Amino acid sequence: MTLAVLPTRKDEAYRYADLAALETLWPLAAERIAVPAGTSGALAVVADGGAAQAREIEIVLGDGAEYDLRLLNAGRAYGRLAVKVTLGKGARFHLGAAQLGGGDQTLEIVTEVVHAQPDATSRQVVRSVLAGKATGTYLGRVVVERGAVGTDGEQSIRAMLLDRTATANARPELEIYADDVKCAHGCAVGELDAQGLFYLQSRGLPPAEAKKLMLQAFIAEAFVGAPDEDALTEAALAALGDLL
Amino acid sequence: MLTIKDLSNEIAGKPILKGLSLSIGAGEIHAIMGPNGAGKSTLAYTLGGRPGYEVTGGSVDFDGQDLLAMAPHERAAAGLFLGFQYPVEIPGVSNVQFLREALNAQRGARGEAPLSGGEFLRLAKEKAGLLRMDMEMLKRPVNVGFSGGEKKRAEMVQMGILDPKLAILDETDSGLDIDALRICGEGINAIMRKPDKAVLLITHYQRLLDYVKPDFVHVLAGGRIVKSGGPELALQLEEQGYEAVAA
Repeated sequence: MTLAVLPTRKDEAYRYADLAALETLWPLAAERIAVPAGTSGALAVVADGGAAQAREIEIVLGDGAEYDLRLLNAGRAYGRLAVKVTLGKGARFHLGAAQLGGGDQTLEIVTEVVHAQPDATSRQVVRSVLAGKATGTYLGRVVVERGAVGTDGEQSIRAMLLDRTATANARPELEIYADDVKCAHGCAVGELDAQGLFYLQSRGLPPAEAKKLMLQAFIAEAFVGAPDEDALTEAALAALGDLL
Repeated sequence: MLTIKDLSNEIAGKPILKGLSLSIGAGEIHAIMGPNGAGKSTLAYTLGGRPGYEVTGGSVDFDGQDLLAMAPHERAAAGLFLGFQYPVEIPGVSNVQFLREALNAQRGARGEAPLSGGEFLRLAKEKAGLLRMDMEMLKRPVNVGFSGGEKKRAEMVQMGILDPKLAILDETDSGLDIDALRICGEGINAIMRKPDKAVLLITHYQRLLDYVKPDFVHVLAGGRIVKSGGPELALQLEEQGYEAVAA
């Protein structure tokens, strides 16, 4: 996954990247996490602040291992969080990710989940909120290798555009080399429901508060059940407050 | 309390209200009846300030303030409550959180101190009790998974908590079974039948008016009030129909 030379737009995983910002961070050193068979682990990555950042995380789950990964991509400059996960037999992986951006920034969450052995489960929930001229991208590849029967993979990807000038790219991708697998993805890009906004305002909430309340619920879907759900939600709300 | 003069409006360029006038005083309950498409819901939404309902003429005075110059949340803080014919579902947002934020936003706008979590829950419990609604339901997301009747009862609980001066209730009786109709009717009386409050009921049927007895009944047709009278007018409408009475 780690490249020695700076990638170009022809590299699918970098197609929407802010290459100028990426160059200042290159080369990236991948962070490696091994989750031994039968154990479980969790990690929350919060990318915030004013500096550009790009991280690559590689996680290998042993047989029967479980991992809960949460990403909050909410800095005020270029932010790229790339994750590659390899699943052992019967392993379980859960990703909950949110990205919030405005101005003309680019945000990316890129995942590759490899079901290398039978009976592993992966769940990915990604929520993006984009304002101004921001671009938010999710590229999610799920690979089911030969023999990885009983695979169960799911991706739920939703993006909310606060302005018509913002852009969301969402590309779930399945590469399946085994029979008897279950892989599903749902993907939607939309705007806040105008009826809901009016309803909340008619009860006395100012427009920004009404939007915040609706978006809070939208983002919460990425962090529900996380070991540090409250801290993540609070950090996301702070970023949301800056955006509105 | 509310004085509507010659109100006209358009939705997407199509005129709906055409010079509607109506005055509602404190302590009064008014009912507006009328055929489908007469502009009843349009009147409710226009008074609530819904985007897309463009006022093209006339004025609305609410307790000395120009209602039409205010944003929807300002109208709420000034004491206006709009009961929706189709209450909107807001996934992921609990009734309790939403109503506490809404009430405290209103209180803030009026220069009043916010209610604490405990104070709010006591208030919510009292009002839910009036409508025989379980507090557990108020912890669930706004209107999500509620039946038609539960949505309307939840609207009345919201009204009780927000304690408005004027409630405009758009077909609160639609989708209610007989018991829920009585509970909603009694709730409206308990919350709103007070000397310093007023209600505008929009309805198709006499049945809600059996529980919430109006002081005045108006017939809305073709975007205007074409006839006004006392409670007997509603009975006459029920018997003879709009065409005969409003002609």
